[in-house]
Amino acid sequence: MSTTLDEILAEALEKLTAATDLNQLDQIRVLYLGKKGAFTLQMKQLGKLDPDQRRSIGQAINSAKSEFQQQLEQCKNTMQQAVLDARLASEAIDVTLSGRGQTIAGLHPVTLTLRRINKIFASVGFKVVEGPEIEDDYHNFEALNIPAHHPARAMHDTFYFDAHTVLRTHTSPVQIRAMEAEKPPLKVIAPGRVYRCDSDITHTPMFHQVEGFLVDTDVSFADLKGVVYEFLRAFFEKDIGVRFRPSYFPFTEPSAEVDIECVMCDGKGCRICGQTGWLEVMGCGMIHPEVFKSVDIDGDQFTGFAFGMGVERLAMLRYGINDLRLFFENDLKFLQQFN
Amino acid sequence: MQISEAWLRERVNPAISTDELVEQLTMAGLEVDSVKPAAADFSKIVVGEILTIEKHPDADKLNVCTVAVGEDEPLQIVCGAKNVRVGLKIPAALIGAVLPENFKIKKSKLRGVLSFGMLCSETELGLADSANGLMELADDAPVGSDIRDYLSLDDHIIELDLTPNRADCLSLEGVAREVAVLNQIDFKPLVFKMVETTHHNTVGININVQEACPRYLGRLIKDVNPQAITPLWMQERLRRAGLRSLSILVDVTNYVLLELGQPLHAFDANKLTGNITVRYAEDEETLSLLNGQKIQLKTDTLVIADDKQALALAGIMGGSETAVSDTTTDVFLECAFFIPTAIAGKARQYGLHTDSSHRFERGVDPFLQAKAIERATQLIVEIAGGSAGSINEVVSEKYLPTRPAVILRKQRINKMLGLEIADDEVIAIFQRLGMEVETSTESWSITPTGARFDITIEADLIEEIARIVGYNNLPQSHLLMRSELGQVPEALLPLERVQDLFVSKGYQEAITYSFIDEEIQQLITPNDDIIKLKNPISSELSVMRSTLWGGLLRTALYNTNRQHNRVRLFETGLSFIKQKGETIQTKRLSGLALGSVQTEQWGEKTRKVDFFDVKADLEALFSLSNLQVNYNANQHSALHPGQNAQLTTETGAFIGWIGMLHPTLEKKLGFETQVFLFELDLEKVLNKTIPHFSPLSKFPSVRRDMAILVAEEITAKQITQCIEQCQQTAIKAIYIFDIYRGQGVEIGYKSVALSLQLQDSTQTLAETEIDAIFSTVLTTLTDTIGAKLRD
Repeated sequence: MSTTLDEILAEALEKLTAATDLNQLDQIRVLYLGKKGAFTLQMKQLGKLDPDQRRSIGQAINSAKSEFQQQLEQCKNTMQQAVLDARLASEAIDVTLSGRGQTIAGLHPVTLTLRRINKIFASVGFKVVEGPEIEDDYHNFEALNIPAHHPARAMHDTFYFDAHTVLRTHTSPVQIRAMEAEKPPLKVIAPGRVYRCDSDITHTPMFHQVEGFLVDTDVSFADLKGVVYEFLRAFFEKDIGVRFRPSYFPFTEPSAEVDIECVMCDGKGCRICGQTGWLEVMGCGMIHPEVFKSVDIDGDQFTGFAFGMGVERLAMLRYGINDLRLFFENDLKFLQQFN
Repeated sequence: MQISEAWLRERVNPAISTDELVEQLTMAGLEVDSVKPAAADFSKIVVGEILTIEKHPDADKLNVCTVAVGEDEPLQIVCGAKNVRVGLKIPAALIGAVLPENFKIKKSKLRGVLSFGMLCSETELGLADSANGLMELADDAPVGSDIRDYLSLDDHIIELDLTPNRADCLSLEGVAREVAVLNQIDFKPLVFKMVETTHHNTVGININVQEACPRYLGRLIKDVNPQAITPLWMQERLRRAGLRSLSILVDVTNYVLLELGQPLHAFDANKLTGNITVRYAEDEETLSLLNGQKIQLKTDTLVIADDKQALALAGIMGGSETAVSDTTTDVFLECAFFIPTAIAGKARQYGLHTDSSHRFERGVDPFLQAKAIERATQLIVEIAGGSAGSINEVVSEKYLPTRPAVILRKQRINKMLGLEIADDEVIAIFQRLGMEVETSTESWSITPTGARFDITIEADLIEEIARIVGYNNLPQSHLLMRSELGQVPEALLPLERVQDLFVSKGYQEAITYSFIDEEIQQLITPNDDIIKLKNPISSELSVMRSTLWGGLLRTALYNTNRQHNRVRLFETGLSFIKQKGETIQTKRLSGLALGSVQTEQWGEKTRKVDFFDVKADLEALFSLSNLQVNYNANQHSALHPGQNAQLTTETGAFIGWIGMLHPTLEKKLGFETQVFLFELDLEKVLNKTIPHFSPLSKFPSVRRDMAILVAEEITAKQITQCIEQCQQTAIKAIYIFDIYRGQGVEIGYKSVALSLQLQDSTQTLAETEIDAIFSTVLTTLTDTIGAKLRD
């Protein structure tokens, strides 16, 4: 033997140390462990030795070979790790850059508010009903106990098409239409656009209302108070004070105006509530016997309540919007605040 | 309606503060709009008497007065007012006085003469906006007493915003009664001594329209002193009610109107010709009103006339020709009851609204006239002298409103209010309200007072109980009502889902007015039979929209003018048109997109939105409801003729439109970029087919591509339809993935690359079977639309 096993191993280990990539490593592996590799040749020569030597030399070769293999494995791992590290480093991105794709828009604050109102009432079985916006005089006024020349008509600045056709001034005509279509028990809310011939800082010629009513055999003012009270607390998600004041609507009797404790100042008094600590948010009352008469419902057997509220007003209070006109300018800078 | 708190408390004085009183009124349904102090803040102003007057040595317009102010020595005060005279009693501000707006009175020298105070006008005390010289106090005003005490200025003006049903509270008496009931105390009735009649001269009264004027009282008062000064207390009460003192006769009628709620009118008796007649105006008749307006009367208008002409608008306003003046010595006093419906709406016809019409429209107590005319007579005679004649009353009982008793069933109180209330309490409430109560076992019979026009049915009485008990003291229940399980109709796509889809596709929801500018409406849909408002608020909001595009286009412009170069909007709502004379209101979903297809994306090129981007959004919507839609190239006045489609269902029903805004309109409206629009009939879109399961194939699917050459005018729809006609059930999907024109393709032709997805439900397709399908398809394409396989 020209070179000793130790020399082979030393040389092999040296080569491993000098290797710079996985390719070289593989070449070295073949050089020593391949069919004609140095260690393989050594093993082949074992057969020529006598049995005594064979055992001890065999062990020596195996131990050298295994040292080489270990070293080879280690080098390979290190190199693979280095390659992976390099790839990972090169693939790093700035995760703070924006994502790509279609951006989401949003709903109008009136729709957001309407949805919440609808949902609150739907949860106890109120059915959502809609009606026409170009309405006849009968459904908008007469059937609601507002005959011609009634002073209450002056309270509605009505848009007319002709003497008997108007843009509905409130959502109450839906109450009539619903009672004409179905017999009690009835639990209905009617959201929608309404129109008044009035335009200034606090009035727009179009706005939204939600009308609600319930007719059954035993409905009292106490139930009305309960529903309104629970609704307002659900809507504002707050334990707010609610009060009922006598008022007048031709289609309810008794009639009430509902105030809530000012949500801006918690009832302490501010500019929004005119220092009173209270905000008027809705009108309501027990359905007037004349209204029942006009839809042919027996007012002795059935009683019912109705309520109506301005959606923009509730939205303004909920979101702190300070100008009614913003709702219909549709400035994207305004709308996008509700996305 | 506004009144002085002090005057009110003179009649009913509960032991509660002003704040409590205001709260009580509001909570009883007499909403208090405001509470203001009766006078501005000032101090140290007393009643003074002018003792001597000398001209100022160095100033023509100034006088040097000595003024008694209740101290040991009178004060020397320089004054520039014209009405200074010896013996006049005036408000005198002493040294140290603070006038409104923190104006402090100090010892001063006016043109070299010392002045120890200031004599005041009404303006300086904050009692009036303008004044003619010093405020003249009554001769018996006690010198030295504080002016605030003397004029009871530590008072509040309470302004009530009354609902139309509560006309009974349009007077001090009405409010006083209400306060008495709420506090369960008595209120002092009005006590006055009736004037004895001293002559029997009267003016004749003819009522031609008894159904409109069932009661008319007239009285002649002769030899009054027209120069008589309205006493300060009356002036102050009028002022605090928002009325200016004009002359004694007018002031008294106004005062009685405030006190009792009965409008009266004073005519100068010497300007009347013959008898008084109440009638409807004649054709072409004119009348000059007190306010200087000359009106042409309509024949449905009630007038008071003499033998010559119409003198006054009945129940609304007097005429100028027979008005009382500072020379009037003989007065004809009118005190009538007009039926509300005869007066309602009439004042508004002439652009008028008066304290009188306000009350008559809502209803005046029909039993009040005798009392009111006596009260007015007493005040006139007491203040301005004169001799009262006998009252001439014409009454038609037949047409006088009656106050029939209303039955209140005991059990209804609980049924309507959920309230348990003792019988005694119910009786007490109505008795305090001045109503007669008759009790039966199960009910009461309650007769309302004359002023309560609002009490005609049982519910009205129940409201009174609720009001007096207090709405907030009434019970409140938890929702106890019949409940049924809710319905969830699956064949109806919820509108919310549609809105949410467009929101996630980047469309911002807008809500625009349902009425728009007629000009814009004309530009967009010149052929629609549009609906015009009779009384629009402005020309920009004068017609009902026949499409939601008008509002969306305006909104888009509003925003592009504010540096938004990418706008996507949608709206849902009604559109309005006339069809064969019928008003058609259709619920629509409309959208608009302009600018880049997405917001700027880093590392990617931006691209402008096009037809197919918007179409994809609609396709997403239709897939929500499994709706099969045909896109038919068509013509629309607002859309690009080559880039629009009318949408129909498979059965041909109209759904809507999609397309590019016509370039001419784009320019006219002021857009600087292409605008894409769509509008759909919402109801058709919401109808959904409920999904039905079909078994899944276990066998693999294969894709085969082909490129064919077809003439330019062959549409994608024609190609796919043609392939569908082959009725090869293995073809599961057809997709056109490229269109090519240019080198290698003859002009007038295009190369269409499409892929077929093939799958059989019973076996794996063999190569030969696939080739057979492929060649069938190709043959059909060639035969039907002249397609050639591209090499």
